[in-house]
Amino acid sequence: MTEEITVLSALAGGAIIGLASALLLFTHNRVAGISGIAAGILPPWGADSGWRLWFLAGLIMSGLLYRLTGNAIPVQTDTPLILMAVAGLLVGYGSRLGGGCTSGHGVCGIAKLSVRSIVATLIFMTTAGLSVYLVRHVF
Amino acid sequence: MAKNISAFVFGLIFGLGLIIAQMTNPAKVLAFLDIAGTWDPSLALVMASALLTLGVLQRVFRPLSEPDQEQEQPACGNRKSGIDVQLIGGAAIFGIGWGLSGICPGPALVGLTTGLPGIYVFAGAMFVGFVLFNFLHRR
Repeated sequence: MTEEITVLSALAGGAIIGLASALLLFTHNRVAGISGIAAGILPPWGADSGWRLWFLAGLIMSGLLYRLTGNAIPVQTDTPLILMAVAGLLVGYGSRLGGGCTSGHGVCGIAKLSVRSIVATLIFMTTAGLSVYLVRHVF
Repeated sequence: MAKNISAFVFGLIFGLGLIIAQMTNPAKVLAFLDIAGTWDPSLALVMASALLTLGVLQRVFRPLSEPDQEQEQPACGNRKSGIDVQLIGGAAIFGIGWGLSGICPGPALVGLTTGLPGIYVFAGAMFVGFVLFNFLHRR
């Protein structure tokens, strides 16, 4: 589907993600792991969990803000709904069991050279690549 | 209140980074994961740029103290140390779901504003996955 390499938007977007993670870390002393923050809005609630709702609200609102600039957010997917349900379940359960996702392990964890995060990232990159390979080139 | 507003703004910035980097487009993510197809390395640049930005900022402005590990859910693998079965299994499961859909937790939430049914199914199932984890592994 999409095959062109988008160097500038990748570098700019990545830098913005890194900046937002740094801001959250420095001012809130929190790690910008999206799966952890999202799961944290479920009970049992701690004494200080309100910020998570605000962070997630900002995350969701970014889509609306971006569209106010007149640009569309390209979302191309042909994954059947049943597969989306299975994938969502695996992503939700797996990210909690493994203690992080692309942001928590892949960015924040690796940035502080956590061995656990480096191992987790290598593993999920591998299984993600394998499942894409199986879906696209085998079945 | 100031903390909540800043959390909202950081979520907003984080989401804009995901959109600009095109992490929110499943086709783009899958093109990165599909090494056997027409490989699109853009997302490696996103990760490299995010890591470089966060890494440099972390070293220039060191946080006053370590992230609050007592209250934080294990979102970034920083509460535990060492490689265990949960980390390996969780990362593997997460990767399979990510590879099946091209969606991880951040983009799932940002994508809600696009109104696509597949994104809603994914995000709903992801929260079911969080609940399943809480049910199976916590009290």
